[in-house]
Amino acid sequence: MLGLVSNDGVTLEDSGLGESPLAVRGLTVSYGQKPAVFSVDMTVQPGAMTAIIGPNGAGKSTLLKAALGIVNPLSGQVTVFGQPLEAQRARIAYVPQRASVDWDFPTRVIDVVLMGLSRELGLLGRVRARHKACAMDCLNRVGMRDFADRQIGQLSGGQQQRVFLARALAQGADLYLLDEPFAGVDAATEKAIIAVLKSLKEAGKTVVVVHHDLATVTDYFDHVFLINTRKVAEGPVSEAFTAETLQAAYGGRLATAQIDQISRALG
Amino acid sequence: MIWDALTLQLGYNATLVAIGATLLGVSAGVTGTFLFLRKRALVSDAISHATLPGVCLAFMVLVALGGDGRNLLGLLAGSAISAWVGLLCMNWLTRRTRLAEDAAIGAVLSVFFGFGIVLLTIIQTMGVGRQAGLEGFLLGSTAGMLWADAMIIAIGGSATLLLVLILRRPMTLVAFDPEYAAARGLPIHRIDLAMMGLVMAVTVVGLKIVGLILIVALLIIPAVTARFWSERSEHVVLLAGLAGGLAGYIGAAISASAPNLPTGPIIVLVSFAFFVLSLFCAPKRGVLAAVLRHLRFQRRVHIRQGLLALAQGQKIYEPLTLRLLRRAGLVRPDGVATDSGKARAAKALRDEKRWEIVRADQAHEATAALYDGLRDIETVLTHDQIAEIDRQIGGPQGVPV
Repeated sequence: MLGLVSNDGVTLEDSGLGESPLAVRGLTVSYGQKPAVFSVDMTVQPGAMTAIIGPNGAGKSTLLKAALGIVNPLSGQVTVFGQPLEAQRARIAYVPQRASVDWDFPTRVIDVVLMGLSRELGLLGRVRARHKACAMDCLNRVGMRDFADRQIGQLSGGQQQRVFLARALAQGADLYLLDEPFAGVDAATEKAIIAVLKSLKEAGKTVVVVHHDLATVTDYFDHVFLINTRKVAEGPVSEAFTAETLQAAYGGRLATAQIDQISRALG
Repeated sequence: MIWDALTLQLGYNATLVAIGATLLGVSAGVTGTFLFLRKRALVSDAISHATLPGVCLAFMVLVALGGDGRNLLGLLAGSAISAWVGLLCMNWLTRRTRLAEDAAIGAVLSVFFGFGIVLLTIIQTMGVGRQAGLEGFLLGSTAGMLWADAMIIAIGGSATLLLVLILRRPMTLVAFDPEYAAARGLPIHRIDLAMMGLVMAVTVVGLKIVGLILIVALLIIPAVTARFWSERSEHVVLLAGLAGGLAGYIGAAISASAPNLPTGPIIVLVSFAFFVLSLFCAPKRGVLAAVLRHLRFQRRVHIRQGLLALAQGQKIYEPLTLRLLRRAGLVRPDGVATDSGKARAAKALRDEKRWEIVRADQAHEATAALYDGLRDIETVLTHDQIAEIDRQIGGPQGVPV
């Protein structure tokens, strides 16, 4: 029992988990007979930027997908803002990996962002001026306003990523989950995305990012979650992102020089 | 004759068939587009072949109950049930086993169709079976179409279109980005099942006109045709409905205008004609447009390279470049630049520098994305913007824009 509901419907805190935007307990996901994520506990801190870090194939994306119910876990529980996932879906915005869609799909940039408003639009509601204005505003925040009418196939990788972020912004969510948003994007895009994510944090939102670039972790994030199928470490960057935890997560896969460099950067 | 057919003046049956075929074409085109966008076009082939055992079993049941077995509604209900069973088999194979979808399609299609053919053969050895005309469901047979048959097509087709209208947003979202749709809480598998259920409805409704073997053409070809003309999914859907409806109407008219022309196959051929027309003539995605675009691009590249060479005082060896420059009056026959050639060359060099600035400046990102090494900068920037860039470059001002 993670959260107790009192008579007036307010969720009472129990060991501090009730308020977590995303809490995962004993999550195991398996493709075939090999677990990709094994018995993982994660408690995301509200109003912080958290990086999920680990080597290739460590289950970073799978953890995120299982937390969102995109893949079915074998076991485990997920609570979002202290409640079951389904009750809180509207408060979550997900930015999938860019490569997960076909960019030759017949649609324009603005149409993709409008998909973020599908809940407001419903099945038959018309796209009105205020919906368009909202979508344009979100495009503006990622510096893509001038691209609104372009076919999505004409965009560069970084621009595609920013369109996905704009779609998530349009949802007006409280919890943002991004899967490798910096993979294969140009420096300008990385800067634009991180600026948007920081502004979300300042507005009190919670951001969780699957991240692969160890060199930028300390600059971008407050918290880290290190995973290699099992949880390795979790906590503020200064405590959980150390040479020891990295060694534990990456094993021999990380060159000693890399670890030294990061430890130096950490002081 | 063909004009009479197109204006519905060839009698009652021809008119019924033309209206039925048009409605079927519209609903098949619209519904099939979602299947096409979801990249599951061939699922429709398995669904349609899976209708055959149902048709035969329904016939047997109807005969056993004392009828003559030719009740269309009963036969269609039977076909719908067996198509649904085939659909569920395919779904189960894809989701629960390691079989890929194409293998599942092949397995379901051949097994159901084979079973259907066995039943069909048995029926034809039955006394009542020979006159039943069940083999007409293979390729469609419109000769004896009744008012009631046309009504079934009209009602079924309209109901399908209405459901597509209601489900169009979730179906589009699932087709474009299933992971995101799942994260939003959309029931992906149920939406897919609904989409394939709609395809099944169109197939069943179309059995009488085009038959189960060719219905896949009506579901897929209009969508592929429409894709040539638009970059927006909602327009592709509408255009596919239009292409399908026109193919149905014209095809029915052509087949009515001469004896012994089969309706279904003619409709498919008309649909194919639209496809070929689009393949070659569509303004952006068509083959001709692509060839012309490539040739034009090649000419512009040569002229640009030639101008830059002139500006930097390099000799031009490429014969095509020289020929193009001469034809444009930019160089004399002896290879020396004319006055206008010199001016254009200076401008080209200047534009290179300007583009460099534009491409390095994040504020100009949308403009920089248009860079192809050829474009005149004044086609994408205002005079003020260009003047500002020239100030950044420095050096002699007032190079003509």
